[in-house]
Amino acid sequence: MKIHEYQGKQIFAKYGIPVPKGYPAFTVEEAYEKAKQLIAETGSPVTVVKAQIHAGGRGKGGGVKVAKGGADDAKALAEKILGMQLVTHQTGPEGTKVRRLYIEQGLEMQKEFYLGAVVDRDRRRIVFMASTEGGVEIEKVAAESPEKILTVHVDPATGLMPYQSNQLAFGLGLQAFGKDTPKKFVKFMAALYECFVKEDCSLLEVNPLVVLKNGDVMALDSKINFDDNGEFRHKEWAELQDKDEEDKVELEAKEAGLNYVSLDGNVGCLVNGAGLAMATMDIIKVFGEKDGVSPANFLDVGGGANQEQVTKAFKMILKSDKVKAIFVNIFGGIMKCDVIANGVVAAAKELGLKVPLVVRLEGTNVELGRKILSDSGLAITAATTMADGAQKIVAAVAGGAK
Amino acid sequence: MSILVGKNTKLLVQGITGSAGGFHAKQMIEYGTQVVAGVTPGRGGETFEGKVPVFDTVRDAVKKTGANASVIFVPPPGAADAILEGFDAGLELVVCITEGIPVVDMLRVRRVLEGLKGKTRLIGPNCPGIITPGACKIGIMPGHIHKAGNIGVVSKSGTLTYEAVGQLTALGVGQSTCVGIGGDPVAGMDFIDVLEQFQADPDTHGVILIGEIGGAAEEMAAEYIKANFKKPVAAFIAGTTAPPGKRMGHAGAIISGGKGTASAKIEALTAAGCKLAPNPSEMASTLLAMLKK
Repeated sequence: MKIHEYQGKQIFAKYGIPVPKGYPAFTVEEAYEKAKQLIAETGSPVTVVKAQIHAGGRGKGGGVKVAKGGADDAKALAEKILGMQLVTHQTGPEGTKVRRLYIEQGLEMQKEFYLGAVVDRDRRRIVFMASTEGGVEIEKVAAESPEKILTVHVDPATGLMPYQSNQLAFGLGLQAFGKDTPKKFVKFMAALYECFVKEDCSLLEVNPLVVLKNGDVMALDSKINFDDNGEFRHKEWAELQDKDEEDKVELEAKEAGLNYVSLDGNVGCLVNGAGLAMATMDIIKVFGEKDGVSPANFLDVGGGANQEQVTKAFKMILKSDKVKAIFVNIFGGIMKCDVIANGVVAAAKELGLKVPLVVRLEGTNVELGRKILSDSGLAITAATTMADGAQKIVAAVAGGAK
Repeated sequence: MSILVGKNTKLLVQGITGSAGGFHAKQMIEYGTQVVAGVTPGRGGETFEGKVPVFDTVRDAVKKTGANASVIFVPPPGAADAILEGFDAGLELVVCITEGIPVVDMLRVRRVLEGLKGKTRLIGPNCPGIITPGACKIGIMPGHIHKAGNIGVVSKSGTLTYEAVGQLTALGVGQSTCVGIGGDPVAGMDFIDVLEQFQADPDTHGVILIGEIGGAAEEMAAEYIKANFKKPVAAFIAGTTAPPGKRMGHAGAIISGGKGTASAKIEALTAAGCKLAPNPSEMASTLLAMLKK
């Protein structure tokens, strides 16, 4: 799960990680009021108006602007940014609509750095990465000059140790900004590590981390992704979620306990198990690519889905206009074939089956499942194997288009 | 003719009084697995299905029954603790079925596991378990699709393992042991750990390896296979069509920052001498073609 910059900074502040003063704003009027308040509090006329969307690269896309002329200037910028369709390298060409702003104090800084933390799954450690190339796309730095990225891996038994933060501090050359700056960075890092672990993060990024004129270190940006598996111990995440930023169908699926990802193709897929669901997409492409047949979605109904969930899943697929045929591919383990069959039949009867349906059932209670389908009176094409099913679905779609 | 588990495995079930734990404990007993104990704190003294004693702690269960392996059905909030309890009791094998354990919990579990230096092995979490057909089933896989034989299967995906096993059995070819290592980013045994076991098992003649997008475990396995593995390996990697940046069901199945793509894994495995199944319906036939040569 992703959250906005301003929400991330509120969490940072809780851990004592220095962040600039700022306020979120949802309307232009509010942006103006917050800018006035900020100017009064800081005594400086400079504010920064920042678009709040989950994608990175906002500055380059024109979503972050400095207002030097006081609150009126901030208001003018807010008018431009709020509601704009912000396009960055992470949003795709259609961009994302800006619905929230963050009004932040402007600060004089000496230098920008990159700081990030993720789980290094191959070494089974949290890894911190730092670079003197701050404020730019770190992916680019990693690809072009990996030697400019310093890393330390954290032993979960000890937590992040000060010597490790020192390795980064002196590696970045922070001593050049005063003898206290490395010490401040060590404190900053300790808080950031605590935040990563306690908040169940899967990614933390401070890009840029800045050194101010007075030698202080501060998080000028924040990016936090949460590990979805940690949701059960973070009731507060429900409040942090911005539903406008999520895919509507994926959100609906999640609430029903289903794993769903929208894709661009024309074959709706209903599968049990994540690996089999991916493999089903793959095999449709293997047989269908030359005829323009490809998967419209990834959908894993899970190992223990009940009939209602299957019905719900099937309805979600049926609702999409781009779906020209549906492929149900089930290898029943815990998930029994008759449960799937009942769910499919219930949904198809309720909504009407307007597109070809190919069903491949295998595993637990397969005979019962097949009987339910054939007794249903619905026009269902049975398939024996995944390849058989994929070929039949391709024939149904390509044949229908001709 | 198997790895890790067999006729002599004495299993205890952590979370046996829960619905999933109870259901699968029954299935495992029916399959012929020696289920000697259950553990649920606060439920010690009860019996499961009138015959399996339930204990409050794993240590207790091990002391009284001689259990040497455990399977965990404890929900995510207590799952990491349950795994560590299994380690503490000195079990040889801990299999964790639970899906949804936070990664920071698993980082701690891995750290402890490293300190055990192979004394205890962990399979999972978020996996179907391990089965030696005809001898011992630990987990949630449908037992009836399996057949005893000489092919090893190791996989990150549950249902794709069933798919491969179903194909083998349909062709009349049995399996030595099938291991589901799970789809979480941080877990216990990886491909290499399992391949080492298959290498040492004279009754495993060939292996089907099933990977998926995310991480670099398949690439590392390819390096190991190239340098050390002497038996034929047929492989399939799921997720050729998966879009980057999207989690495909499994917590670990995600292409991020251009890393963990199916094509990189396929390339590495091909270079290591593995044969890649052209589609997931041909996992078994691809391996059998290699064995005939």
